[in-house]
Amino acid sequence: MTGPTTSLPRPPRSWRLMPSGGYAGRAHMLLERSATASRRSWLVFLSGFFEPVFYLLAMGQGLGSLVGVLPGPDGTPISYAAFIAPGLLAASAMNGAVFDSTFNVFFKLKYAKLYDAMLATPLGAADIALGEIGWALVRGGLYAVGFLLVMAGFGLLGGPWALLALPAALLVALAFAAVGMAATSFMRSWQDFDLVTLVTVPMFLFSTTFYPLSVYPGWLQVVVECLPLYHAVELMRGLTTGAVSLALLGHVAYFVVMTAIGAVVATRRLEVLLLR
Amino acid sequence: MTAEGVRSTGRVPGRLGGVARVVENHWEWYRRNWRATAVSTIVQPLLFLLAFGVGFGALVRGSGQAAAATGGADYLAWLAPGLLAMSAVQTGAFDSTYPVLSGFKWQRTYSAMTAGPITPGQVALGHLGWLAVKMAGAGLVFVAVIALLGGATGAGILVSVPIAVLTGVAVAAPITAYSATLETEGASFPAIFRFVVIPMTLFSGTFFPVDRLPELVRPLVWVSPLWHGTELARPVALGGPWPAWPAVVGHVVFLAALLAAGTALAVRTFTRRLAR
Amino acid sequence: MADGLVQARGLTKRFGRVEAVRGIDLDVGRGEVFGFLGPNGAGKSSAMRMIACVSPRTAGDLQVLGLDPDRDGPAVRARIGVVPQLDNLDLELTVRQNLHLYGRYFGLPRAAVRAKAVELLEFARLTERADDEVEPLSGGMKRRLTIARALVNDPELLLLDEPTTGLDPQARHLVWERLYRLKREGVTQIVTTHYMDEAEQLCDRLVVMDGGVIVAEGTPRELIERYSTREVLELRFEPEHRPAGDALAEVLAGRVDRVEDLPDRLLVYTADGDAAQAAVAAAGHRPLAALVRRSSLEDVFLRLTGRTLVD
Repeated sequence: MTGPTTSLPRPPRSWRLMPSGGYAGRAHMLLERSATASRRSWLVFLSGFFEPVFYLLAMGQGLGSLVGVLPGPDGTPISYAAFIAPGLLAASAMNGAVFDSTFNVFFKLKYAKLYDAMLATPLGAADIALGEIGWALVRGGLYAVGFLLVMAGFGLLGGPWALLALPAALLVALAFAAVGMAATSFMRSWQDFDLVTLVTVPMFLFSTTFYPLSVYPGWLQVVVECLPLYHAVELMRGLTTGAVSLALLGHVAYFVVMTAIGAVVATRRLEVLLLR
Repeated sequence: MTAEGVRSTGRVPGRLGGVARVVENHWEWYRRNWRATAVSTIVQPLLFLLAFGVGFGALVRGSGQAAAATGGADYLAWLAPGLLAMSAVQTGAFDSTYPVLSGFKWQRTYSAMTAGPITPGQVALGHLGWLAVKMAGAGLVFVAVIALLGGATGAGILVSVPIAVLTGVAVAAPITAYSATLETEGASFPAIFRFVVIPMTLFSGTFFPVDRLPELVRPLVWVSPLWHGTELARPVALGGPWPAWPAVVGHVVFLAALLAAGTALAVRTFTRRLAR
Repeated sequence: MADGLVQARGLTKRFGRVEAVRGIDLDVGRGEVFGFLGPNGAGKSSAMRMIACVSPRTAGDLQVLGLDPDRDGPAVRARIGVVPQLDNLDLELTVRQNLHLYGRYFGLPRAAVRAKAVELLEFARLTERADDEVEPLSGGMKRRLTIARALVNDPELLLLDEPTTGLDPQARHLVWERLYRLKREGVTQIVTTHYMDEAEQLCDRLVVMDGGVIVAEGTPRELIERYSTREVLELRFEPEHRPAGDALAEVLAGRVDRVEDLPDRLLVYTADGDAAQAAVAAAGHRPLAALVRRSSLEDVFLRLTGRTLVD
């Protein structure tokens, strides 16, 4: 220590993860706000649940009639519906989290100026970040529960391991929400959101959601194996089909790292974004 | 200057001339802002073509079940005209929601147009006319890529472009009419996409023949404009097999009636909103 | 200053290379209505954002309610109310829910917020629209709701950034009346505005800002006395008959203080407007229109900066 000092110690800027005074411990107020707003637009809220269900019904039944059975993660043949359902669950966790953390956050930030209104109160930047990510998880969690129930109804769950698909969906959503929010902090206009679509749509289509990795030539398999949604799909597919192995922990680790990177970048950038 | 000394250079364009001016206006805007919709209009359909036509197509190549479903055609070639119609429908639906409301409310381009000699009806027709031009352009790009991927079995695929355009505009017209009645988007647009457009794209025989759907839901398919369009576009592209001629007439009449009714409604709602 | 709610010394805000606020000193006392007057880009809003504890200062000292905004931001914000330049109401909520949720951000219990909302709806004259959407409200209604929202925590200090910009005259007067009522209740207010009439209506004391610095300070009356004449003669001419400002000043030398040459009119500053008008006519000038009026803060600003406020 360099001696007594009258002012409060302040760590150097680069050490701080959060803006000073950025957290008032009231992130749950944002959940309250989002819940109130959703009650008023319940139809939109509800519709988010149906999209993956429509896909499951159409593709599982229709496309499935062209395919028959496919080898599952451990080689045991499974129905086409059982093959794509975990993929759709993973994709819906990604899509919901990305939508909430990019379009919704950007709109509130730049157009509705909602965060400015909140920052005029004791709430800080960290309350806002945690509250918004928290809401994305609440919403994603509810959709995941609904979708898992639908899967159970169609007999597409392979055993008790499937219960872990819910926390897995939350982890996937958390990772995508953190990265999404970090990405949003760099966006300047709606034009930039083309890039979000350009990332999420190919991922949805090509991350072994609709057919196994073996369809691709060798080099492309390596590319696909790097995609985050691929790891989400593999994780879900292992859990819902009951083909559980230690490899699943590798996928979990992927999302833990992704969450950490996203969270660090997002919180660093929030100060720049909100407190000019 | 005195009133007698000023001679206005303004002229009233003819009935079709006014529509043409509106289309021209859209084109000028698009020339500068084409990037804003390029991803959703052109890139996204191509990604679906790659994922399902090429990727899923590889999975089912040589499978008897798939050949039975496509009538012996290669899956890519069978899927291509369906996706062509589907992307026209998606463009038509999307461009008739937010952009139309924006023309009235946010950017107010429509009131700017009707401040001159252009009538509200011409604005509505110009909007639909422009969409047709845009869908045709996107459709030709799409066909070129299909040909590159080896999915074109003959020149017939070119004839399916105008069929896709007809289908897309037939969907766009009633949605345009509806959008003109809204004060705020609220839950309406997300509801249209998730409860109308997405089910339509999944359950209209684009990805698999509708006879794979349960008997119970098949009457719903009959009211889907995309199904009627696909039933026309596919035999044209593949050179057969042709449905019975009353069916062909039925498909055409359905689409034409929807287009006519939707257009008439759009002219009415535009007039009511802009000339009030 | 023991009773000072806001105290600033050398307060500075820099955005990259742009210096928006260039070392200003301020003292705002309890119960006072204090104004920042200046054109767009003068640095008013940047100063307000620093006082509101949402923009860290670049340099200088700042105390709000006796606390340091950089360190005690949330504690300060808990005790102040902010009305931003553009309404940032929550369009996904009803009028009443906007008040409820905003109160909840301050950690107020639900029952207290509900009771407060009833009172504030009355204050904002929005009781009838309480359960409506926010979107279709008129500009004046939205503004009153934003002001009511800022009062949900019974703030000791209310910050109003351009409170009536964009409102029609009737709506403006209603807002002014509500703000006057708050003043009588003892709520300290800081107002930014580029409207002179608003500053004259609302402010006990004000500073004129231009280019990030304070160019004058005082009550509206003091400022007018110090920087302007008692009366102003406004003259409009046909373009081809319009005399140059300097030429007119020469003709009227001795009788008037000075002449300002604006694009659409000439302003003659004088103690006696009627006499100046007669002198203009005697010199052979035939204005299209001539108007004698009292000096306003607009004239003070013109004098101090050589520019008009609203252009």
